[in-house]
Amino acid sequence: MTPAEPPPAPVAGTTAVAPRLVGDEATAALMLGDDALILSHRLAEWTGHAPALEEDVALANISLDLLGQARTLFSLVGDEDELAYLRGERDFRNVQLVEQPNGDFAHTIARQLYFSLAQEIRYTAVVGTDGCPTPIRELAAKAVKETAYHRDHATEWTLRLGDGTDESHARMRRGLEVMWRHTGELFAAVPGLPLDDAALRENWLTALEAVLGEATLPLPQGPDADAWTAGGGREGIHTEPFGFLLAEMQHLHRSHPGATW
Amino acid sequence: MTTAPPADQRSPGLAELERAFDTAVAAEERIEPRDWMPDAYRATLVRQIAQHAHSEIIGMQPEANWITRAPSLRRKAILTAKVQDEAGHGLYLYSAAETLGVSRDELLDKLHAGRQRYSSIFNYPTLTWADVGAIGWLVDGAAITNQVPLCRCSYGPYARAMVRICKEESFHQRQGYELLLALSRGTEAQHAMAQDAVDRWWWPSLMMFGPPDDRSAHSAQSMEWKIKRHSNDELRQRFVDICVPQAESLGLSLPDPELRWNEERGRHDFGAIDWEEFSQVLKGNGPCNEQRITQRRRAHEEGAWVREAASAHAAKRRARATAAIGDTTATGDTAPPTATPNGATTP
Amino acid sequence: MTTPWPLWEVFVRSRRGLSHTHAGSLHAPDAEMALRNARDLYTRRGEGVSLWVVPAESITASSPDEKDPFFEPAADKAYRHPTFYAIPDGVKHL
Repeated sequence: MTPAEPPPAPVAGTTAVAPRLVGDEATAALMLGDDALILSHRLAEWTGHAPALEEDVALANISLDLLGQARTLFSLVGDEDELAYLRGERDFRNVQLVEQPNGDFAHTIARQLYFSLAQEIRYTAVVGTDGCPTPIRELAAKAVKETAYHRDHATEWTLRLGDGTDESHARMRRGLEVMWRHTGELFAAVPGLPLDDAALRENWLTALEAVLGEATLPLPQGPDADAWTAGGGREGIHTEPFGFLLAEMQHLHRSHPGATW
Repeated sequence: MTTAPPADQRSPGLAELERAFDTAVAAEERIEPRDWMPDAYRATLVRQIAQHAHSEIIGMQPEANWITRAPSLRRKAILTAKVQDEAGHGLYLYSAAETLGVSRDELLDKLHAGRQRYSSIFNYPTLTWADVGAIGWLVDGAAITNQVPLCRCSYGPYARAMVRICKEESFHQRQGYELLLALSRGTEAQHAMAQDAVDRWWWPSLMMFGPPDDRSAHSAQSMEWKIKRHSNDELRQRFVDICVPQAESLGLSLPDPELRWNEERGRHDFGAIDWEEFSQVLKGNGPCNEQRITQRRRAHEEGAWVREAASAHAAKRRARATAAIGDTTATGDTAPPTATPNGATTP
Repeated sequence: MTTPWPLWEVFVRSRRGLSHTHAGSLHAPDAEMALRNARDLYTRRGEGVSLWVVPAESITASSPDEKDPFFEPAADKAYRHPTFYAIPDGVKHL
């Protein structure tokens, strides 16, 4: 008999394997899971580079929350590592916003503000909508508390950067504008989640305007949700930086086919 | 911090203060921030705690190097949490150093200017994924061997920080060992990757205990002050004895042909350490010295506008709260007007 | 040159029924951020259910030089402790 290997320690933030979803419901889990995975990856890139050590810790915390959400969502569809490491770029269904490069801290906070507000609103709606798949509702019920904290973090920083120095105001404004064109698809309908996406988007705008107003920042005026804006992440159309993100994320796993880690 | 009126008039003579300090240390009592302490004791602690804090912060880099390439989501979560802990440990330690009358900014400036050191081990590169495991097993293992005795260090805030750190560090060492175990039992290529990493990290890990006792500049005094509890060579020997059976269980070899059990001593004999390499890396000639400091300095400089913005925002809100007469609900606006941590402030 | 963030002392209530205990310190620009940083730094492993942050400079501490006048007088008042009183064997609930 060979010595028994120690069972892999469970990682906080993940739950045991749940019944597999199929069809639209699986697509929904993948879309939300890809959002969480890719944003988690971008935030992890900050580790060791943040503006203060306290912020290294905070960003890593958010990254870990999102990674936990992604793992739970992937477990509803299939093998988490196959899904993360063996799909090609066109198979990822995340919104383009989450794959945008970190830029300076203001770009990252703008991305966090847009996304965490949207994620909190959507998770809250999922929890309250009977027609949504039960395992996704369970995930959302847990994740919405994490997301509320992420939104709070982004809000606090938006206030400080917007209403801080002239330089920080200009940088925050720029960050909001650069990321704005990727917000149009945040509330594109997700198959399998029967939500009133237009109403959710209104809630999002209202909440966003309140934060920006307090931060003395204008709402960006560029296009966000019409034919001229960016979009297509949900159909697997991504932006150029995404290919590099995947190359970095996947190369080691793919270099050793079939290996366990 | 507001303190009770100075008691200069009643101050006992220096000799008496020294005697009280020596008695307290000898009796295993803890020295606390506002106690009298010899200048050299304070300086030694600042130097050691700062170096320790810097090591945690610089030590984030070689491992963070692999977060975005971690080969499974489980490993990615573990590694992110580990590197995050290191930032946390750095913060606990800076906080302990600040009780001695230095500010974190002063210490960071010294680090960035190359005037304070961090552990030389982090000037080695992480070339493969297995290096993450080797760091966890060997580097964290050596660190724990060094650090556990520090939980009984005579200086209270340092000892308390170490208690917290040691609790968290044991997770680091285990994850490293488990990572290497998976590689060692994996494919041929994975096994080779693990062996290569252990080959490269073994000797630098042994150097982490510092120069041999007969060449250690600060050891004797630090032992007397109970800042240090065991000699460099004693801790190094302890580490080797612990690692040998662990390597066997891993199915990996240690790169030392002279490593063998000495029945008479009841300990392992091991080969000579290349102290020339150690001193070269210490002098700044290691593979990554330049890179590590440059990255740290850049993060600090590029973050300056963010830190400044937050300070400016806090100042604005204090001003508004002052202007809003009668508004006493602004509980968040009570930050002190200046930001100079005046040192011995921790209760 | 940027203005350094002030120092805050952090107190953590590890669970309901216990008092807040000093855990360490951190830097933050203001109280809100100090609370959030404290949450991330000192309760990563579920160590707390409630946090206090206090500007380090707001704390007034007794001086170690006054240890004797402050604390020694309490040491010889054995009559403040229940063990000071001899009670005959067999007396219960006292």
